[in-house]
Amino acid sequence: MLAPMLAFTLRRLAVAIPTLLAIATASFFLMRAAPGGPFDTEADLDPEVLESLYRAYGLDQPLLEQYRIYLANVLKGDFGPSLVYEDFNVTELIAIGLPVSARLGVTAMLLALLFGGTCGIVAALRHNRLFDHATMTMAMTGIAIPSFVTAPILALFFGLYLKLLPVAGWNGGAAANMVLPVIALALPQLAIIARLMRGGMLEVLRANFVRTARAKGLPERQVVINHVLQSAAVPLVGYLGPALAGIMTGSLVIELIFDLPGIGRYFIQGALNRDYPLVMGIVIVYGALIILLNLLSDLAYAALDPRVRRTYR
Amino acid sequence: MSASGLLQSRVLRRAAGGELSGSLWRQAGRRFRRNRAAMGSIGVLLAIALASVLVPAFWPHAIEDASWENILRPPSFETGHWFGTDANGRDQFVRVFYGGRISLTIGLMTTLVALGIGVGYGSVAGFAGGRTDGFMMRMVDILYSLPLLFFIIILVTVFGRNIFLIFVAIGAVEWLTLSRIVRGQTLSVKAREYVESAVAIGLSKPAILRRHIIPNVVGPVVVYVTLLIPTNILIESYLSFIGLGVQEPLTSWGLLISQAVGQLDTAPWLILFPATLLALTMFCFNFIGDGLRDALDPTGR
Repeated sequence: MLAPMLAFTLRRLAVAIPTLLAIATASFFLMRAAPGGPFDTEADLDPEVLESLYRAYGLDQPLLEQYRIYLANVLKGDFGPSLVYEDFNVTELIAIGLPVSARLGVTAMLLALLFGGTCGIVAALRHNRLFDHATMTMAMTGIAIPSFVTAPILALFFGLYLKLLPVAGWNGGAAANMVLPVIALALPQLAIIARLMRGGMLEVLRANFVRTARAKGLPERQVVINHVLQSAAVPLVGYLGPALAGIMTGSLVIELIFDLPGIGRYFIQGALNRDYPLVMGIVIVYGALIILLNLLSDLAYAALDPRVRRTYR
Repeated sequence: MSASGLLQSRVLRRAAGGELSGSLWRQAGRRFRRNRAAMGSIGVLLAIALASVLVPAFWPHAIEDASWENILRPPSFETGHWFGTDANGRDQFVRVFYGGRISLTIGLMTTLVALGIGVGYGSVAGFAGGRTDGFMMRMVDILYSLPLLFFIIILVTVFGRNIFLIFVAIGAVEWLTLSRIVRGQTLSVKAREYVESAVAIGLSKPAILRRHIIPNVVGPVVVYVTLLIPTNILIESYLSFIGLGVQEPLTSWGLLISQAVGQLDTAPWLILFPATLLALTMFCFNFIGDGLRDALDPTGR
């Protein structure tokens, strides 16, 4: 089992490098194809000042030369200076933002897994009963109402009316400041996970080996815990990669609404201000993260399901 | 369900009143019409679409009519502002349905773009098979692992916030799953026994395509498309919310919601109507998609 998994991992990592190169290349040339430069938004600058600004940031070089320099720097972990946050380079901004986003994302993911998973399991065990219908209706609602609607409503209700929690802000990552963003971020994924878990459970509950386990006279509790859960969780593990990607993108708008200094807010502000190096740097970091997490999720998937493992050869 | 199980259930159903007459599609249609949630959703969606077409055309207020005397009026039938007015005194009833026009159009157009690219790419890969197929699908795998929303954001940042570019940017990114579905169906149908026997009895290639391949590919594609439309509407409203999507003087549900957030405590009706319509639209498309899947694939569950 180990050798093919190792080969699979190595092959995936080998694909990851050209993929990251493609991300870097695509975002580099797309950003440079943009009409308008990063310094147009300011009041009209003196042409000489503009020229020296361009020279300072290397924007006066031929495009291919800029590309070559950029790639070489990225390999060294240097994403260049931010064009808008003047005193920072992109690597520093990412180092500031990433821990914030990661904390939000991981907490939201755990919350979604815990509650979504539990709801899905209980709904499947109470198939077609009130709890099942209620949970699935709520899950449908959770999927249908976008997080940029739930987030401001949560902030209004718990922050402004009940005054239980801060309306916005990070405050160094205080627990109270994290509650609302994490909930808003987790809700859509929680709903999807509940549906997936329920679907997986229902399928496995009908499987032959479960009938055998019951026929052996095992108590229902033990059947569910030892036999059903393990198989039913498999589709969920396969969904972990996309779920994390979903949480990362959801984080963009949540960070904006709650005014959190995460990487997503930098990304949007960078995009709005045409801060090329910042946007490219964040896309590359996100790309690398998503590739890595997908790989981990696929590996876990293969470890759990022998049928999947076979297709990885 | 196994083949014998399927046969058994058909026999049972025939015994129970006989419903095997008619083609596969007619049966699917009958199953779909019996699905009350899905049929109701079609009704609601049609109503939303109709209102989106008619209200902006016939309503006495236009979307850009500002009125300083009527700022932030709550909804009321007496004033004629059924959904209230916004911070510029603009009538929300007409703005919400105009926004619906834009949101629904973007949902449909982006899905059409994705459909074109996905079906083209997937069917070429599926028909070609072998090495071409392997290469083409490896490309899709690579694209799958990219942070796609980030690319949409870069695309609209770079090429301006023109509404047509939003169509193209979302569509150009959302075709991947479609190409996988089409390619997978094409490959698997090509290998089925009934296609082999169709070849054996001398059916021509176009006839096989028409009789066997297309009907089998269309089902999953239709199901996926009904689920892709709401996804794309959501992406558009997400972009508009951030400020990278539809721009004033046009409006969309996402933009209306984004403008409403600032006045949430003083004018909650501003978020209520566009958010409700957006969620309702999501619901309806999801119910229709589920209904279609159940109708087209009775062996499913």
